[in-house]
Amino acid sequence: MYKLLLCSRYLRTRYIALASIVSVMLGVATMIVVNSVMAGFSTQMRERIHGILADMVLEVNDTNGAPNPELTMEKIRKVAGKYIESMSPVAEIYAMASFQWHGQIITKPVTLIGIEPDSKAKVGVLKDHLGNYQVQQDGDKVAQPAARSMDQDPNWDLLDKYLKYRKMRVEQHKWMQRKEAPEQDTEMAPAEVAPGPSIADDKTFPFVPEPDELQFTENPFPQGDPFKDDSEPHELTVEEQAAPLPGRLYVGIGVVSFQYENKNDGKLETEVMAVPGDDITIMTVNAGRPPAVVSFNATIVDTFKSGMSEYDANLVFCNLSYLQDIRGMINPSTGERSFSSIHIKLKDYKYADEVVHLLRTSPEIPVGLFSVQTWESKQGPLLAAVSVESAILNVLLFLIIAVAGFGILAIFFMIVVEKTRDIGVLKALGASSAGVQSIFLGYGLALGIVGSGVGMISGLVFVWNINWIESWLTWLTGHKVFDQRIYYFPTIPTSIEPLMVFWVAFGAMSIAVLASILPARRAAQMNPVQCLRYE
Amino acid sequence: MTGCIKMPQTHLSAIALEKSYRKGKLQVPVLRGVDVQVKKGEFVSIIGQSGSGKSTLLHLLGLLDGPDVGEILLDGQRIDDLPRQDRDRLRNRVFGFIFQFYHLLPELDLLENVLAPLMIRHSVWEYWKRRKEFRDLGRELIAKVGLEHRLTHRPSELSGGEMQRAAIARALVAQPEVLLADEPTGNLDNKSGREIMDLLSSLNEGRQLTIIMVTHDEALARQAHRTVRLAEGRLQVQREAA
Repeated sequence: MYKLLLCSRYLRTRYIALASIVSVMLGVATMIVVNSVMAGFSTQMRERIHGILADMVLEVNDTNGAPNPELTMEKIRKVAGKYIESMSPVAEIYAMASFQWHGQIITKPVTLIGIEPDSKAKVGVLKDHLGNYQVQQDGDKVAQPAARSMDQDPNWDLLDKYLKYRKMRVEQHKWMQRKEAPEQDTEMAPAEVAPGPSIADDKTFPFVPEPDELQFTENPFPQGDPFKDDSEPHELTVEEQAAPLPGRLYVGIGVVSFQYENKNDGKLETEVMAVPGDDITIMTVNAGRPPAVVSFNATIVDTFKSGMSEYDANLVFCNLSYLQDIRGMINPSTGERSFSSIHIKLKDYKYADEVVHLLRTSPEIPVGLFSVQTWESKQGPLLAAVSVESAILNVLLFLIIAVAGFGILAIFFMIVVEKTRDIGVLKALGASSAGVQSIFLGYGLALGIVGSGVGMISGLVFVWNINWIESWLTWLTGHKVFDQRIYYFPTIPTSIEPLMVFWVAFGAMSIAVLASILPARRAAQMNPVQCLRYE
Repeated sequence: MTGCIKMPQTHLSAIALEKSYRKGKLQVPVLRGVDVQVKKGEFVSIIGQSGSGKSTLLHLLGLLDGPDVGEILLDGQRIDDLPRQDRDRLRNRVFGFIFQFYHLLPELDLLENVLAPLMIRHSVWEYWKRRKEFRDLGRELIAKVGLEHRLTHRPSELSGGEMQRAAIARALVAQPEVLLADEPTGNLDNKSGREIMDLLSSLNEGRQLTIIMVTHDEALARQAHRTVRLAEGRLQVQREAA
């Protein structure tokens, strides 16, 4: 009983010991904050990578793909059907995207991915990244509700507002032509339209009905061709002219925009160079031998923002069937289409390794032709780097708490010396050595509990208010603490894992107890006579 | 060990006690063969010069330290070679200590200080169950030493005499058989010292408490039944008091 009483009294009266646990407290708080932010970054990043890649990817080793995705999917179902929820065929190829902005042609290397949006949306979180599904926010207010609701499957249809926008551009263009007609030659390329006031200024209208222009179209596949009315181009109505092209794109936001700092207020602004409804030119190679360059114009249906800058600046999604047409990924005799990979969503991701094993060892899926990987192994180096970083940081921070432990050790020795007489008295009154030892161990534990408890609470409060603290620090120092251009998140992402919090608190507590063992043993071994002799 | 024993029987005795302390390489003998017998209910004073070994003798009798040679008997039973836990229990139950410098625990208030031996004796659960009974006992003893108005004061708020009276209450709360007092009035003015001595005498008479008191003051020693004189680690004369 005296142990408890003395522990609580020491806790309330020895402020020097409380000072020693401030370092434990800070260590715990720092660890919780750092871990939460790192976990936030890492989970967000994983989510984004995962969302684009799907649980597992079966890739064709040949860039030109393998024929018949349906048959391959059938085989996969046969091998590991019970684990698989859905699949989506994909064709991937390197390409260049080019468009005009302020009279300048901008060309960027991209990865062109042919997808079927409805099945792709089932294997990943495509909808979460498409602009039409996002609510436009202005601060906290909803500036514009989402154009599409989340229960609609994504497709390649252009929204009405973008159709209207196209019509407006066509009318503008016609007006310009009429205006310039008397002096200008009719062969003036529409791509040379003077830049207008709009930010999205790319206006190449290759479908504008001028016979000379149409010769440049390199679409080798006439099906679904918008140029079928070549013969009577001048009779096209505005609606027909404004009709979107058969090639449809979801463009990564980083491909068609860039960010810059406003010189006046230092705010980060985004300059969009092409918006949905605009057409851009895509150049890639066909599947022939040797590969020949193919180029086509396609209409942007939507923009795509995953938050992974690597993806957003590189990926352009295209309608799969059109890409297959353009690249000649069709067997002319059988009409079989080719694919370059199949994205697979599993019913439960924990069976991923099993499914990989099944597919790799199955004779149905020849190893030389296909490679099977989970999204994690595909992004292995990146994820490994993040986890190594987090592990090292944890070790370092835990060392800080260990240093705090030595502080406790020193202060405890001091307290034991200061309490020498009291220890002697307790022993004279019949307290056992173990009892005296447990006073100091208990005291260490109590300090550990207080330190890690307060540290835990302050750490959690810090994490919950981290964005507020960040903006306050920015205001205080005039420096941008968290630059969203670098990190690609508008706010600092955090994720609190209860287990992590528990281990950090528990570790700090055990360090406090460990640090008090030596002083406590010393107290226990004291000879009561020696303790009482000197005043 | 707390059995009822007839009055004149020897209660606590020391046989051929020797004790020396080591100071670096030097062996300093403090006790060189001391025999003492104390009867039940006797008030014995041990008198001697500083460094004569009287405090050491008291510590050995109270099991705070072990002798190098010799035995300590309680009711005829050797106790100095008992296992450590048993010695701890004896210190808690049989012996009550009073020190020259009171040695109250500064973190606890008066009542808690007085109850400390009971807290040490009982587990948390037991103590909690009987806390009312213990508190009443503590209050009763504090009232007996005349400190009932100081119940919740810290030792630092008490005078020397009050602290010593609190220390006596603490020694009594465990209902000991033997009270060991090490210069209980050494640090007090005459008036307070007399009060303490009166208290000890009344306890000795009222409760038949065996008291062994160490002092260097001849006048105080005379208040005891018997005086044992120590000089250079040896017993000199045993003199019956009036």
